[in-house]
Formats: sequence, structure tokens, C-alpha cells
Amino acid sequence: MIKFTINGYEVEGEKGQNVLQVALDNGFDIPHLCYHEALEPYGACRLCLVEISNGKRTRLTTSCNYPVMEGISVQTDTEKVTRARSMILELLLARCSDSSAIIELAEKYGVTETRFELDHDDCILCGLCERVCREVVGVEAISFLGRGSARKVGPPLEINPKTCIGCGACVYVCPTDCIKMEESEKDRTIVRWGRTLPMKTCKVCGNTYAPWFQLEYFKQITEGIPKDFWDKCPDCR
Amino acid sequence: MEQKAIDRLLKKHNHEQSAIIAILQDLQGEENYLPEKDLEYISEKMSIPLPKIYRIATFYNAFSLKPRGKHLVNVCMGTACHVRGGEKVLDRLKMELGIEVGEMTKDGLFTLETVNCLGACALGPIVMVGDDYHGQMTSAKVRSTIQKYKKVAKGKK
Amino acid sequence: MKKILDPRELEKFRAQILEKRDPKRPCIAVTSGTSAKAYGSEKLVEAFRTALKAHRLSRKIDLRVTGGQGFDEREPLVIIHPRNILYQRVDPKDAEEIVTETIQKDKIIERLLFVDPKTGEKILNRDDIPFYKGQMPIIFGDNGKIDPTNIEDYLAIGGYFALVKVLTEKTPEGVIDIIKRSGLRGRGGGGFPTGMKWESCRNAPGEKRYVVCNADEGDPGAYMDRGLLEGNPHRVLEGMMIGAFAIGSDEGYLYVRYEYPLANEHIQIAIKQLRQYGLLGENILGTGFTFDLKVSRGGGAFVCGESTALMASIEGNAGEPRAKHIHTVESGLWDKPTNLNNVETWANVPLIIHKGVDWYTGIGTENSKGTKIFSLVGKVNNTGLVEVPMGMTIKEIVDDIGGGIPENGTLKAVQTGGPSGGCIPASLIDISVDFDKLTEVGSMMGSGGMIVMDDKTCMVDIARYFLNFLKDESCGKCTTCRDGIRRMYEVVDAITRGKGKEGDIELLEELSWVISEASLCALGSTAPNPVLSTIRYFRDEYEAHIRDKKCPAGVCKALITYSIDKKKCTACGKCKKVCPSDAITGKKKVPHKIDSKKCIRCGACIAECKFDAVRIR
Repeated sequence: MIKFTINGYEVEGEKGQNVLQVALDNGFDIPHLCYHEALEPYGACRLCLVEISNGKRTRLTTSCNYPVMEGISVQTDTEKVTRARSMILELLLARCSDSSAIIELAEKYGVTETRFELDHDDCILCGLCERVCREVVGVEAISFLGRGSARKVGPPLEINPKTCIGCGACVYVCPTDCIKMEESEKDRTIVRWGRTLPMKTCKVCGNTYAPWFQLEYFKQITEGIPKDFWDKCPDCR
Repeated sequence: MEQKAIDRLLKKHNHEQSAIIAILQDLQGEENYLPEKDLEYISEKMSIPLPKIYRIATFYNAFSLKPRGKHLVNVCMGTACHVRGGEKVLDRLKMELGIEVGEMTKDGLFTLETVNCLGACALGPIVMVGDDYHGQMTSAKVRSTIQKYKKVAKGKK
Repeated sequence: MKKILDPRELEKFRAQILEKRDPKRPCIAVTSGTSAKAYGSEKLVEAFRTALKAHRLSRKIDLRVTGGQGFDEREPLVIIHPRNILYQRVDPKDAEEIVTETIQKDKIIERLLFVDPKTGEKILNRDDIPFYKGQMPIIFGDNGKIDPTNIEDYLAIGGYFALVKVLTEKTPEGVIDIIKRSGLRGRGGGGFPTGMKWESCRNAPGEKRYVVCNADEGDPGAYMDRGLLEGNPHRVLEGMMIGAFAIGSDEGYLYVRYEYPLANEHIQIAIKQLRQYGLLGENILGTGFTFDLKVSRGGGAFVCGESTALMASIEGNAGEPRAKHIHTVESGLWDKPTNLNNVETWANVPLIIHKGVDWYTGIGTENSKGTKIFSLVGKVNNTGLVEVPMGMTIKEIVDDIGGGIPENGTLKAVQTGGPSGGCIPASLIDISVDFDKLTEVGSMMGSGGMIVMDDKTCMVDIARYFLNFLKDESCGKCTTCRDGIRRMYEVVDAITRGKGKEGDIELLEELSWVISEASLCALGSTAPNPVLSTIRYFRDEYEAHIRDKKCPAGVCKALITYSIDKKKCTACGKCKKVCPSDAITGKKKVPHKIDSKKCIRCGACIAECKFDAVRIR
């Protein structure tokens, strides 16, 4: 176990863990948007900044991708941290001025106004959607596109990702809830990516339960499962 | 590009994943842009997910996903060119060609692009049309320069 | 071409090359780097070939096609050896005359000589020209002595002697010690001590190591590395090989930006020749040292000049930087220890080995040893690449070597360090070129771009220019860089359009603090520098834009009007012809007028008017 301190309190972490996770596990409050336990840390939103002293040097750094180390001292609410965090929230508030998630988060840390022109965007480019699709689901249907202030997330040519299986993991993981999923009697649409997939009906109960394409994908990547397994929904199996 | 030609191209680069940028550059060298079908074929043959290829194609300035005009008008936006009035040249070109940066004229003759420094600062402000360098460009010279290329095109018809 | 199997064979080969060459034999050296080519140097070279053939001199006179020789403003240059006569702005039509008059009859063609604008004197000898006189071209000077596509030329001037010395007499640790003691600091902008970097990489755990040459050279206005790679690629390669030996690497990459096709071509030729002679590959010169390298081309992204982004690009990914608390010397390319250095840094290495630490440390200042190559561009008379000892003042570079400001302008500022650097105002122009001194005044050495600005340059516009550049070149990953720079741009852009408000400067300063402290990589953390340095030294200009809605330099279109001075206008009508918005009216012999409502301030009339009659207010 690796011992270090957060705001003066002693904590322990395992080798390979990052400072943010240990902090959260120990009940410390560090805001974060692009971090998710199940995914590789990315360090894009910059909200999880803390000041870390390692020997003589103290630096302002993101805690989500900083590996726990013996003897470091982490401070989560110094003047520098608060100053940087406030401006970052102000920038995000300007960017996603209509997003309730961002408005609430900013308010929690005392940021209620922004001096910048409002963008009315809905995406903060945290990358959680593309990371979950690539790392966990293994499909890699979407990616970052473009660069700089024109950067976006989406499928090739920004419409209809041809390998998307309609699993909805991206919908689930998005912090601003800007990826919507809609279902009708016959199909499921991941609205943001323009992906509509017809649903398969359960042979037993007659309800739709998953997109055909998704089940075909599962058939491809699994072995030794009887064909009629996919004809029934999970409830009827 | 024909599939056989793409196969040769991929072989030239030993099917190495890390060579993807060079492969796309070679493809664009032939086709003047990156056709969707060709990218799909490369994705399949190299086992690189198509979104990753589009990530790379949209990240780097060198690539265009749209067909480009016969003549690439490239305006240098380097600091030295800027200090010598490069922005005025760009504005004038936009007016003269009637297009924005990244667009192609309706007759397919010109595509207007910018480049962040060609490294030929002594000639600044500089505009390249294809492989031709046009140095010490001023907003006054823009029209006559473009006319030269239009005349040649007319002559060929 | 046979493989050279040991150092003795190499020296024998070198001696053979030298024997065939007579230093007194006349040689016509024609510069043909990218700048010269843009002026038609290829046709000039052909014209010389034709002329020499016609006069049956092809075997008696050498024709050498070199890379750039620095004085780009006067390209194409022709230098006649052994007298070292420099002819400038040579046209293909002049080739015949040069052969018949200067070569055959030893007569000078006066109209092709450089004329010193201060004295009116015509100068014959290259080294007497003020542009060259003040320089110390210990690295760049060799460009004039070789054809970069011929390895024999490089061997003839002592090339690969340093490599042999290292392979036969030194240990890797010994080489690292030499580089450490030389005080060599990175020439790409960071100024990090090179010897220390090599040592960290060598000591990193693992078997496999890479060496990388950063030839991305993204700073707009800087093209020193292009000049070196086009004109003397072997010098850079030799440096990399020595570094690879010292670090324990057997594989290297040269990452060249795609906007430099000629440099890429010359590097490929050099590598091919090295492989043919066995100087790259397995068991080089029988010493057991194995090393080879590949060229990796950029795709057009400034951020790929950052080392972690560059490595991501070599690996075939988008150039997105990664967190810096994992050092690339320990985990770089494909997670292996990697040593990355700039082109000019590598080029210094063979020289240090060849001539020794005492010689090298005798040049420069206490903390900045050796020379630096700068691209002296912008509002300066003698535009080009210059190499000076560290410690020379910027004033000396701009005035003595650069020949001062053209068109009666006055010096306002010199910008160094590209988009990561800052402006040095005219009042501080006596500052010496030194890593630490430049940082002290709010700028930095950077890769070597030195942009000269005069009274007609608006410093707020310059800040806007850099922010515009950076907002598109940012990889876009982190909030502070991506959104922060864009918001700074919006504020400064509004100021240039007359929409600035009280409090804008303070907002810019606040944003600058956050962006520099909280961004992931050096692009973000240095992005505020041009804004901060222009506010520091030219705050009055910002205030004039914000409070008075005026642009003192006469640049920001929304804040100026064009008008014609009746006293100077000769009614020639040229301005009327080039006006794209029909804003100029006037009959013959009557001074013309500009309708300010139609005028778009494009500057075409100013460019055309030979009587300086268009006023900017």
C-alpha cells in the first residue's frame, strides 16, 4: 500500500491507482467531468486540478491521471486550485449555457455567471462516449474529429456510424446527457449519431429487446452459444 | 483509386499501422483528396477502424475530405507574411474567387487554402498556386495573378 | 558504391576524394534551396550548364548546386570560388555573361554586386558584405561548401570524422560527458541541457531506445531547420548517429513537416547514400555499432512540434500530447526510452566532438554556449537566415546584419519564440541573445524565429494573429487551451474591431493565468505569452483601441479610414483601376477621392500608388 496525504489527512492507495480515485473513495470532494472509474483517465476537462507536493516541488496538476506515490501531499482547495477551477467552470458554462448538469456543477462551486459569449453547445468534449465505445464495448464506432476550437466527437463524416451496435453505453456515460436514445415499436435510434437500428422481437413474449445488428455482433464475438439463444429476450431465457 | 493500386500502395508501406499518415498522403497525392470509398477499403485492408482513419484525416491540415480544384491556391499565414500584409492578400483572394477558405470555385478551377508558414519568408507575402510560388504578393496583384490561370484554362478548352 | 568496412577505409576514401579536388580550381556555386527555387534558380543552374558546355568549360570549371546560404532576400545567389565573389539576384540570362566575363576573363559584372545602402559601395567579396560579416556561421556556413545530394562533398569537408572519432576512441559515457561539459542546450525552444537529456535516456531502464529528430519546425516565420536539412542533411544525420551511440540506441526517426518537400527529398538521398556505403545499418565500419533510421512525415499540425504529440504522430495517431509527468526519456515512442532533439541541436554535436569542449565553450555566454541560427524576417531589409554567437545583441542583428528597417520605418519590436514567445520592444533592443535573458523580459529564445516589426505594425493585431493561429492549432483536448484560447481570441478580436470594453485587459490577464497554469502541454501553457508581452510593453496601444477606438499603427480595418492627399495625387488613375469596391472616383488631372463608405481598406490602392498619396487615419 502506498501512503500519502490529502488535505493533511493520511490515506492509502494501491500501486497503479490515481489520486482522484483514492480521494473520491475517501470522501474528498474533487469536481470532475471526463473521469470514469471504468475507463482510462484522460485529463481533458481539467476540473480535477489539485496541488501536489512531491519533495520540494509543488505543482498544479490533474488528479485523475496522477499516479499515487509514497509521501506526496495533495491539496484540493488551495487558492490556486479555486482560481483555476472557477475559470474552467466559467468557460464550460459559456460553452454549454443550457446544460443543467453544467449549470448545477458550476453553481456548486460558486460560479453562476460567465463573462464570455454564450455558445448553447451541449457537448464538453470529455471523450467518455468514444472511450467507453472503444475500451469497454470494443466497437470503436465514433472518434474525435477535427482539432482546436473546431473539435467534435462523432462518426466518420458525422453521420450513421456503421459499426455502432446501438448498445447505449455512450448515452449512459455522457455527463451532460447530450446523447439521446429513442425507441419506437420497431427501432432504436441513437439520435446524436444519426444511427437507427431495427429491433429484434422475442420469439416467446413478442417484445422487442435489442437491435438485430447488435445481436449479430454478439454472435460474431462469442463461441459455443446455441443459435436459438438469441431468439429469446433475457427475461424469457 | 483502383483497389489494385491501393493494394500496391499499402504494400509499399509494408502494411505498417504507423505509416497511415504517409499512406493517406500518397492517396491524396493521386486523387487530390481522400475519397470515402478508398478510406473504407484501406480501413478493411489495414484492420484500422474507420473512425480512427477519419480522426487522422480530420486532425491534420494536409488532408481534404472534399474534392479540390485543379489549382490549389495556398496563402501563407506565417508571421513574417502577416506583418508584410498577408491578411489583406487573403481577403482579396476571397473576394476575387468568391469563396471562403477550404472551398472550391464552382467551375472546379480553384480551391483556396491557407498554410501556416512555407518557410520562404524573404518572398513574403507569398501565395502558392499549385507548385508555383508568387512572392511579394499585394492585394493589387491578386486579380492579374488569378487571371493568368483562368486564361490558360480557357485556352485549353 | 561499395560498403566501407572500417575506419581506415573511410579515411582512405576521404583522401582519394580530396586528391581529386583542387582547391584553386574555379567553382560556380549556385544556391538552390526552396527560397532560391521560388526565384527560378533551377533555370539558372540549367543556364550555367548550357553556358559552360558551349564554351567547353564543363570539365575545367565546377558547377556546384548548394542549399540556401542565408541571404534569401537576394536570391538566387551565385558565388564564384576561389575569389569568393558574390553575385546577387542573378537571372538565368546572366549566366552566359558570368561565364564569359568573370570566369574566362576575370572581369567583374558590377550590376550583380551587392551595394551597401549606407555607403553606396559595391562589395565584391561575400565575407565583406555586412549581412555576412557580423555572423559566425560555424554550422550554417558549410551549406556553401557542399552539394547536399553528394556525400563526397560532405566527406571532403571532414564529414563523419567526428563519428569515427566517437566510435573508435570514446565510450558512450564519455560522449555524454563531452556534451554535458559543452553546455549545449536544446535549440528547439526549450533550451534544456542536451547532455543531461542524453544521460537520463541512457540510464532509463529497458533494452530498446530510440533517437528522434524534431524537424517539425512549426513556428511561423522560422525556417532555420529547413535551411539546414536542405543544405546539409549529413551534418544532422552525423549528430544523430553520435547521439545514438552515446544513448545506446539502434533505431531513429526523423520527423519532417510535410510542408518541406525538398528537405524530405535531400534527407532521403542522404540516407540512401549512407546505407550504400554501410554507414547506416549493421556493424557500421566494423565497430559493432548498429543504427538505422526512417523518415516520418508530418501531416500539417503545429502541435506535432511538441514531443509527445510528435511521437503519437510517428506511431500513426493524431498528434495529441500527453501528460508530462511521465518523461519521454523514460517512456516515449511505443513506451520505450526516447531521446528527442531539434535539428539544430543535432547539427551542433559533430562540431563539438571534432573541435572539442574548450573551443565550443569559448563561444557564447556563461549559460548559453555556442551559436544560434535565426530567421531574420518581417520588416527588415536583409531577410534571411543568420548564425550568430550567443550574446550578440538583437540591435546588432537587426541593424548591422539585417540592414535596418525598410521604407523609412522605425523599429517597434522584435518577436522571438513564435506563438510561445513574446515581443521585445525597441527600448530593450540592446538585450543579448541568451536563453535566460530573453525569458527574463517575457519572451524566449524559441526555435529561432526573429520577426522584426515597425511603426506600421499594430501590436494588438499581432496578439490577435497569434491567438487566431493557436486556436486552430490546439489539439483541442483540454478545456483551458481549447476554450480558453478561443475566448481570448474573441476578446482581442473585439478590441481590434472597436468593440473593446473596460476590464478586457484584466480579463485577458486572468484567462492567461489559468491557461498557462492548467493546460496539459506547452502549446497551452505558453499560448498566453504573446498577449501578456504585448500588454506588458504596449498597453497604451490596447487602451487606445478600447477607450478611443483608435488604431495608432493604422492597421485595424474597423478603426481607420483611407483618404487621398490632394497635394500628392497626380491623378494617374492606378488606384481607381485596382479598387475592388469602386470606392475611388476622379477624372483625369483631378486629385482622386475615396468614398469611405465603400472602402473596405484592402490596401490595393496603397500598394499601387507610386506617390505615397493614400493616407491612413
